[in-house]
Amino acid sequence: MDKNMVTNARELTNTEFFYGHKACAGCGGSLAVRLALKVLGQNSFVSLPPNCMSAVGFLFPQISFVTNAIIAPFAANAAVLSGIEAGAKALGLKDHHVVGFAGDGGTADIGIQALSGAIDRGDRIIYICYDNEAYMNTGIQQSGLTPYGARTTTSPAGKNLPGSIKMKKNMFEIVAAHGISYAATASIGYPEDYLKKVSKAAQCESTSYIHVMAPCCTGWGFPGERTIEIAKEAVDCGLWFLAEYENEKFTLNRKPSSFSPVKEYLMKQGRFRHLGDDDISIIERHRDHKWEKMLKNWDS
Amino acid sequence: MRMAGRKIFISGDEAVAEAVRLVSPHVISAYPITPQTVAVERISDFVEDGSLQAEYIHVESEHSAMSAALGAAAVGARTFTATSSQGLLYMAEVLPYVSGARFPIVMMNANRALAVPWALLSDHRDSLSQLDSGWIQVYCEDAQETLDMIIQAYRVAEDERVMTPMMVNLDGFVLTHTYELVELPDQAALKSFLPDYSTDNKMDLDVPKSVCLAAMNHYMEYMMKQELDMRNVESIIEETDREYGDMFGRSYGGMIEQYMCDGADAVLVTLGSVTGTARVVVDSMRSEGYKVGLVKLRFMRPFPKAEIIEIGSKVKAIGVVDKDISVGYEGIVFTNVNSALSDLDRVPQRLNFIAGLGGRNVSKAHIRDMYMQLLEVAEGKEKEKIQFVNARCEYNG
Repeated sequence: MDKNMVTNARELTNTEFFYGHKACAGCGGSLAVRLALKVLGQNSFVSLPPNCMSAVGFLFPQISFVTNAIIAPFAANAAVLSGIEAGAKALGLKDHHVVGFAGDGGTADIGIQALSGAIDRGDRIIYICYDNEAYMNTGIQQSGLTPYGARTTTSPAGKNLPGSIKMKKNMFEIVAAHGISYAATASIGYPEDYLKKVSKAAQCESTSYIHVMAPCCTGWGFPGERTIEIAKEAVDCGLWFLAEYENEKFTLNRKPSSFSPVKEYLMKQGRFRHLGDDDISIIERHRDHKWEKMLKNWDS
Repeated sequence: MRMAGRKIFISGDEAVAEAVRLVSPHVISAYPITPQTVAVERISDFVEDGSLQAEYIHVESEHSAMSAALGAAAVGARTFTATSSQGLLYMAEVLPYVSGARFPIVMMNANRALAVPWALLSDHRDSLSQLDSGWIQVYCEDAQETLDMIIQAYRVAEDERVMTPMMVNLDGFVLTHTYELVELPDQAALKSFLPDYSTDNKMDLDVPKSVCLAAMNHYMEYMMKQELDMRNVESIIEETDREYGDMFGRSYGGMIEQYMCDGADAVLVTLGSVTGTARVVVDSMRSEGYKVGLVKLRFMRPFPKAEIIEIGSKVKAIGVVDKDISVGYEGIVFTNVNSALSDLDRVPQRLNFIAGLGGRNVSKAHIRDMYMQLLEVAEGKEKEKIQFVNARCEYNG
């Protein structure tokens, strides 16, 4: 282990690398970026596609990244990261990190082809998907990672539909299926776990991927001061999970002895408040099925 | 001093690859598409055998090819990519991105018709659809010019007064897959013509910065700067062409080449490989006493407006050969030429010949017919202004 690497919150630098931006108070995504950069440090090349973080961080002349940073074309964050790494290598740059932050849409939908290409090549980049479960920057539209029952502006809940009628795309296992060196899921509600995973990714010689749950108070409909609580509860109620994939093995990092009530988690959020017991039991059954498979097949 | 180089028998695609080996980019990121493929295959061979020290990124699409080139250019690397047709359109989103970011990426485009209907042969609808992307566009007549222009493209694009990407176009198959004797410039001499690339317009670990940012309140000024800089490119192209000619013995006339235009009543304006056929026709018609000339349009952006006006002031009729069409209007080159000519008090007669779409043959006989029609309109006769050449059905325009 590199002695400079952060393994717990006490080792975290006080230096800020992403601040002064215009994100909403209580923004989960900005916390995911801020914490990761505290681990990776000044010598980072950061790339973001058009998303909330680039929208709030690159407004000339009020630039919010202290590190080098670039906005990538929406579909091509991973390709831009690959180009940065190839250029840096060809120019003989050393001791730097190439890290990308893309949202759920930028990762699981429009960006999945470029991401797949980069993982396939094994380019030495760190790709962090901050998942807030919809296209938030454009005004809360459904993405491939929007969960069942979530009301978005393109999956309205009404007499005929409960909001989104599909489950989340399984990005973590899609990424792992490439045979990636290191992949992990995380939540900003469990920051030490996230920091450790960013540290591990930073030491990876090839592509690494972290999928961090980053609640959006504006899009999910809860008060900004409850972001961390919601992010933690997503894991505690079993709708999200903390896991790693390395050496061709999946490992569950946190195995709750019992789940906190799904209904409580859902009802704290405006996007789910319309759901009835039938929809909630669909969500619970899906959760149980997922956990059954994880507990059976993954180390814990 | 003129430096003689080694001559080898190669195709247009191979000429691209040889030029890339000579300029030695740090990063090559490319996705294969017919008829560009042989270029990227040879470049891969050179990377494999170590004669080209570069990172070759096997991207999974043209969109990623240009995006990875963008990433590499953003840390100050010299970069190269190559594409054609559908591939160019797939990367279209990233073209204004690169030109707006002022990254001097050089790209080869093997001109090929756009689908549908599918046609693998050459026309110019692909690159001409990207005229407004902010890239410099040059069109080559043969493999030798292609090799020379890839080299010159880096010199022009990386000039700190320019810092604009450049697309080097050559006709698919007609040039990419035909062989000719090509002279390679001496590599040591090339070093002094094309110095190593260095720029402040990059992300830098010592001087960190944000690039490709949002400038809502300054967008207009950014675009103005881009346009004003582009206006200076013409003189830099000409100075580069002259210096290259002095060093390596080949120059191409800068923005345009005038062939037998002195005393001409009628001239044709051509782009790319059809110029070669037109030269032969001009030679034979001149020997018969016809006053005809040829204008090889080398650059479409920046557009050689002053040169076109000057020619327009001298001749009675101008024909434009367009291997493209802007459906619903006319040939794209014709529109551009007409726009320049409108500055004249007395505008010559003009005809637009839509030819070679999807690679349809344009023969010497077709070109001779274009000249005969131009000589007739020069004498006051009426002709259909926009014509389809060598089409198998009637056009009632």
